[in-house]
Amino acid sequence: MTGTSRTIKVDTLARVEGEGSLYIKLVGERVADVKLKIFEPPRMFEAFLRGRHFSEAADITARICGICPIAYQMSAIHAIERALGIEIDPAVRRLRRLFYCGEWIESHTLHVYMLHAPDFLNYADVIEMARDHREVVEKALRLKKIGNRIVQLLGGREIHPISAAVGGFHRVPTKQQVRELVPDLEWALAASCEAVQWTSSLEFPIFEQDYEFVALRHPDEYPFNEGRLVSNHGLNIDAAEYEDHFQELHVKHSNALHSVMRGRGSYLVGPLARFNLNYDKLPAAAQEAAAKVGLQPPVKNPFRSIIVRAVELVFACAEALRVIREYEPPAAPRLDAPNRAGSGQAITEAPRGILYHRYALDENGLILSAKIIPPTSQNQRRIEDDLREYASHLVAWPLDEATWKCEQAIRNYDPCISCATHFLKVHIDRDKP
Amino acid sequence: MKSKSRQMQIIGCGNVDRGDDGAGIFVAKRLCELGIRTEVHAGDALALLDRWCSDDDVIVVDAVVTCSAPGTVHVWDSGLAGSGLPNAARDAAISSHGFDIAKAIELGRALGKFPARLRVYGIAGQRFERGAKISPAVLAAIDAAVQRIRAEIPNPSTC
Repeated sequence: MTGTSRTIKVDTLARVEGEGSLYIKLVGERVADVKLKIFEPPRMFEAFLRGRHFSEAADITARICGICPIAYQMSAIHAIERALGIEIDPAVRRLRRLFYCGEWIESHTLHVYMLHAPDFLNYADVIEMARDHREVVEKALRLKKIGNRIVQLLGGREIHPISAAVGGFHRVPTKQQVRELVPDLEWALAASCEAVQWTSSLEFPIFEQDYEFVALRHPDEYPFNEGRLVSNHGLNIDAAEYEDHFQELHVKHSNALHSVMRGRGSYLVGPLARFNLNYDKLPAAAQEAAAKVGLQPPVKNPFRSIIVRAVELVFACAEALRVIREYEPPAAPRLDAPNRAGSGQAITEAPRGILYHRYALDENGLILSAKIIPPTSQNQRRIEDDLREYASHLVAWPLDEATWKCEQAIRNYDPCISCATHFLKVHIDRDKP
Repeated sequence: MKSKSRQMQIIGCGNVDRGDDGAGIFVAKRLCELGIRTEVHAGDALALLDRWCSDDDVIVVDAVVTCSAPGTVHVWDSGLAGSGLPNAARDAAISSHGFDIAKAIELGRALGKFPARLRVYGIAGQRFERGAKISPAVLAAIDAAVQRIRAEIPNPSTC
């Protein structure tokens, strides 16, 4: 196609959250420009938090996202607990892991089956897919409902839960209540293993990149709430050091700041990073499910993230069952959290990747400053880098197919543009060299 | 699960904290005040599919965005030929934040999880900002929708 000029334009990229557009300029066979334009207006949550009492942060930040509110609550609460010097009850810590399992099950199920799978099977959306794959979609609905149930039990409601608090929870479930989840979760565990098999049967484009994977790593656990931040290129830091190593940059074409590693550039957070850096911490059921389909780290093909998400579904179900079987309610739902001046940082693993929060508090417990860096703004530059490389493989493709492939490549990251600042449009411009 | 016997269900959907988006909830509450059993649905739209059985007669009330004047009450009736949900609703995007009600209904239809009859009352809204007051046109339309639904139900279940 050298010497030709083509424009690919998709006004509406579905199955991502938020409002933005993608612009790709091709000159002959060269990709001249890639811009993931995010025109979602800034949402100002960091400013909303200033002057509010720390006890309000969990409920305010939960409103940032409808699918990962628990991640926001957990990062906010852990950072504030660090600022206040609070050590939580181990039973509360286990409950928070169960809470996070619910969110991962909800979010990964939605993305694997309903947002990403239609790309691989050539359907416009899950509704079209459901007509030919009814059992698969019904299974997805049941899985998602089980995630919703966990979130409702621990958080008080399915969407924007309200029970998480600094020091613990406003209310904790009884042993009986959590044990009632077991039959559903046993079914979900088996269904998740089938999801690994099913996703591995999809066809994947041949595309690998030399990523710097960044994720939490904990000595004993596949990461949710705790751990050091590590990478495959030698990063190994505490959350308190995050801003020494990462930098947010404003770029003209995006209302979401681009996060880069100082002196190194883009990096990748999310399921691929967690899997590649923490495979040894996965429970046996998840490792076995991955091994059965030949999935071993390092996975460098971002399209295969759909299988990794399915493996993380296995993990989330197995981990939920483990927590439930060991569950003893904490002595008190939450510890007292007296006002105190201080500052604290925390990183937790949202379904889409690491979520960093920092808070400074005054002696009355009022928030002096807040910093929130969501996973999508951390992956934003990496998505552009992927597209810059991937689009060069697509120059000879018909416009509509090339566009479809670019949208699929974006959905590898399950981007949540609302979190990063909402809707994506793709525009590919082709000029003569 | 609901019982197998045919049930009349009236489900008000929306978010009362976002101005006119609360219209469906307000219709459900008014009907309940009149002694008619209704339900309110404010969570995951996909969960709507678990609320009905294939024998049920369902009315869903929600705010909609259309080209018509604020307060216009649209009715889409699955029992009438050619009265499917409008294209604009079907074409709404599915996103990582889940499904809207139109998409959930379309998914239900694809999966055969669809009631015997479904009527969607869509009240055209004007303002949907967080914390906004409900607009006068929609307030009037709520009364109109209540009267219309009430007239359509010969033997309503009581609250």
